[in-house]
Amino acid sequence: MRYIVQPGLYALGTPDGRSPVFVTASYKMSFDRLRNGLKGRTGWILVLDTKGINVWCAAGKGTFGTAELVARIHSSGLADLVDHRRIIVPQLGAPGVSAHAVHRQSGFKVVFGPVLAKDLGEFLDAGMKAAPRTRIKDFPLRERLVLIPIELVAALKWALLPILTLAIIGGIGGREPFAAGAFQNGRFVGGAILSGLLSGAVVAPILLPWIPGRAFSTKGLVLGFISALSFLALSGRGWDNWSTRFESLAAFSLILAVVCYLSMNFTGSSTFTSLSGVRREMRWSVPVQVTLAGLGLVFWVLSRVLA
Amino acid sequence: MSRLVYIANVATLRLDPSRCCGCGMCATVCPHGVLLVVDGVAEIVHLDACMECGACANNCPSGALQVEAGVGCAAAVVNSILGRTDPSCCCVIEKPGGEASHRETPSGSSSGCC
Repeated sequence: MRYIVQPGLYALGTPDGRSPVFVTASYKMSFDRLRNGLKGRTGWILVLDTKGINVWCAAGKGTFGTAELVARIHSSGLADLVDHRRIIVPQLGAPGVSAHAVHRQSGFKVVFGPVLAKDLGEFLDAGMKAAPRTRIKDFPLRERLVLIPIELVAALKWALLPILTLAIIGGIGGREPFAAGAFQNGRFVGGAILSGLLSGAVVAPILLPWIPGRAFSTKGLVLGFISALSFLALSGRGWDNWSTRFESLAAFSLILAVVCYLSMNFTGSSTFTSLSGVRREMRWSVPVQVTLAGLGLVFWVLSRVLA
Repeated sequence: MSRLVYIANVATLRLDPSRCCGCGMCATVCPHGVLLVVDGVAEIVHLDACMECGACANNCPSGALQVEAGVGCAAAVVNSILGRTDPSCCCVIEKPGGEASHRETPSGSSSGCC
């Protein structure tokens, strides 16, 4: 199923020359949100060609932008349909739409509406004035929860191969036959990685505001440390010989690496991280993650050698 | 809940007050309340909340604002380092009935960045 709305001009109710014009993206959900926000009202809806991408992301890419808006105003014949020269653009379209440039190039004055379409009614009733709270994009728990299934599935796919590889290594050495060793030790190391996935893709998004640290990687290390200790406490792996010690160390390093990586990756899903900040934290955290993962592998191999 | 704030002192947002025309467009479009017009001149009041989306600079008619705009996404940084064609990562997708979220793919089902 495609979530794309054909770009162009749409009528909401039975609009006339005085009805307001609302601009949105060709992503079906953006279009539906707008319609829901305008329930019971009439107006014109101008859909820009954003290739099925929502307003904010498309604005960041420039497809929801000045050039497309001006072209769409002309191609739709909007100037002949309405008597006024005013269009309402969602605020999150502003990274792509330059109001003064649109005015210069089309004669239409851009009024930026609220961040969310559900606040449009209030905005219109107040004479096209958005209350300050409707101009802020936050990142509430509700929105973070929606992301969890996506984060988790992506992480699971990504983890499958490493788990299999570590399980195969787990079958080597020791007194048990290969298959038994691979299963038993694979369960332990697989459990470690899966607990890292749960921490990084489920717990981290939920607890995001409360985990210490500003950089997401820092939050990941804090959470990873707690997760790793919890996992080791619950797994009941001993510390009585060098093989089990290295097994525990391997699990510890791997969990830290996984949680740190997944937390860092959550920057892309959040609504307040900057490119400069992400670059800054990646400069130290990617080497840390690679080192931890490498150590995990070395410890795991050592535990088998000593088994 | 306190407002979520990212790493301190990294945002590249710069304001030249001498060029500011006081129109207030920057304060209007900023989704994080970074800018405020005080006595007819814009002011950066919360630099650390800046996510470098570029909305303010794009809508400043007098060119008083500068920012290295981009998407704060680790996967996008990795992609651009690896030279993948599309440097920006993702797209927000909102599931039917769900709240807006910042990363989902247009197909609505698969993961991560597109």
